[in-house]
Amino acid sequence: MNRPGVSGPGTTTLADDVGDLYQQVILEHGRNPRHAGRLTAFDASAKGDNPMCGDRVEVFVKYAADGTVARTGFEARGCAISIASADLMAEVVAGRAPADTRAMFETFRHMAQTGDCPDCDATMEKLRPLAGVHDYPSRVKCATLPWHALMAALDGKGSATSE
Amino acid sequence: MNDAFPAVGFDVARIRADFPILAQTVRGKPLVFLDSAASAQKPRAVIDAMVNCMETQYANVHRGLHWMSERTTDAYEATRDAVAALLHANDRTEIVFTRNSTEAINLVAHSYGRGIMKAGQAVLISEMEHHANIVPWQMLRDAHGTELRVAAVTESGELDMEDYAAKLADGRVALVAITHMSNVFGTYTPIERIIRLAHENGAKVLVDGSQAVVHRRVDVQALGADFYVFTGHKLYGPTGIGVLWARHELLEAMPPFMGGGDMIGSVSFERSTWAHVPHKFEAGTPAIIEAIGLKAAIGYVEAIGYEAIAAHEAALTDHALARLATIEGLRVIGRAQDRGGVVSFTMQGAHAHDIATLLDRQGVAVRAGHHCAEPLMRRLGLDSTARASFGIYTTHEEIDVLAASLERVREFFV
Ligand SMILES: Cc1ncc(COP(=O)(O)O)c(C=O)c1O
Repeated sequence: MNRPGVSGPGTTTLADDVGDLYQQVILEHGRNPRHAGRLTAFDASAKGDNPMCGDRVEVFVKYAADGTVARTGFEARGCAISIASADLMAEVVAGRAPADTRAMFETFRHMAQTGDCPDCDATMEKLRPLAGVHDYPSRVKCATLPWHALMAALDGKGSATSE
Repeated sequence: MNDAFPAVGFDVARIRADFPILAQTVRGKPLVFLDSAASAQKPRAVIDAMVNCMETQYANVHRGLHWMSERTTDAYEATRDAVAALLHANDRTEIVFTRNSTEAINLVAHSYGRGIMKAGQAVLISEMEHHANIVPWQMLRDAHGTELRVAAVTESGELDMEDYAAKLADGRVALVAITHMSNVFGTYTPIERIIRLAHENGAKVLVDGSQAVVHRRVDVQALGADFYVFTGHKLYGPTGIGVLWARHELLEAMPPFMGGGDMIGSVSFERSTWAHVPHKFEAGTPAIIEAIGLKAAIGYVEAIGYEAIAAHEAALTDHALARLATIEGLRVIGRAQDRGGVVSFTMQGAHAHDIATLLDRQGVAVRAGHHCAEPLMRRLGLDSTARASFGIYTTHEEIDVLAASLERVREFFV
């Protein structure tokens, strides 16, 4: 019998196969997220829930005096993609006005679904490593879940789902 | 094939040849399908039976006076005989066709729950039920004032019999609804003891056989059960067809579930009378083609034989547990003695979804998530697990591929 799925010498490695999805940046942020944890003081928070797979995230937002997002923290139980996405999100929304943040979500969602980002500026380019999810339809929601929670927090709602 | 584990009279290569889909490649690799507990693949015999029905003898059932309808009715009703024989039912009228296990349980929750049970009586389930055997009883509780009790599961993934007995003790439990085989742990529950204890305490028992009937011979009379449900698509049959078996006197006493054509004796605007059991519970045009497919699936499984299937799958499961035990950081969830070919696991440093995606890239299909058993996951302190499950067509070699692929996943994340 042949040996299905086994890659012998000279064939591609697992890293070659999934490198589009699990880029080094994602593995790093997934393993050692910098913004993980509940903020000691926050102005808004919301939970995100993906009922299909059981991923959960809670996002905490602290506003600056001018109403921009000063800091974001999160607590998550989920896969490498969702944790890396939450961490990168916290990085890119720092200092942004809520309206800006909403626009960034729309840009990011488009990128996650299509792999393209025609209007990506330098900040949004930081999210580019997540664009690989577009090839894995069941994983797109892993990447967008933290953003759904953030949007709910900005809107003063307690919870969101990525359904 | 691994020669260390021969199953007498069981030729897995020949069985695989009966399943056209197993010749497919996924992402350029041969399909290693280890998700049969979610839904099994279909043998040629099932596909042919359904196509043949549509091509040569199809009409609506129980209503035409013409040749085609009579032949189709015969074929549809022959499935009832096949299911009655499969479960060793006392009588063919004890077999009710539903869409799936979920609908069969909802039927009982409605017709037995609301129709026969009284407010203040209790339904007892276990912590390791599928959502299909939880939510209908919650709906019954909220609509009808029954209580819902939950018997604990031990760390090893077995029913806590002490807790089970304690929750029966006050005699208020009218119905125990419990799985025959867990879709998360692969554990078989000690169903004869469960049923005996329930009956001693005045409770009827519904057994969720969705997983068990695929792997073991089920004899509802020997078990002493009152209700037994299963779903066709896990038994190598089509989707859209499931089964409720219940004791004749229970079906007689229960009011109908849904109203419509086929389930009536006569209808006037003032009142209608019900058809005889089991037709009273089969409103509307049934899943005719799917029922015919189910008969072919039962015939296929019976021809191989449950004894051979059980031996093959026991060897596969032993092999899988031995191989997975060598993978660092991998933890198999549940260590029940009596278990079948369903293995859930977690891996340190890798989330179940990441495991599933990386296995998929290597051509290996497993399930990841809460397996429609969120309360059980919470009880275990887990959000999700990866689950490999085996069927009659699974080979030892595929399990070796799973193990080798998991080693690569571990290297990737650690
Ligand atoms: C133990 C158990 N019960 C019930 C079900 C529900 O089956 P179905 O979705 O076909 O109704 C399943 C399968 O998902 C199961 O594994």
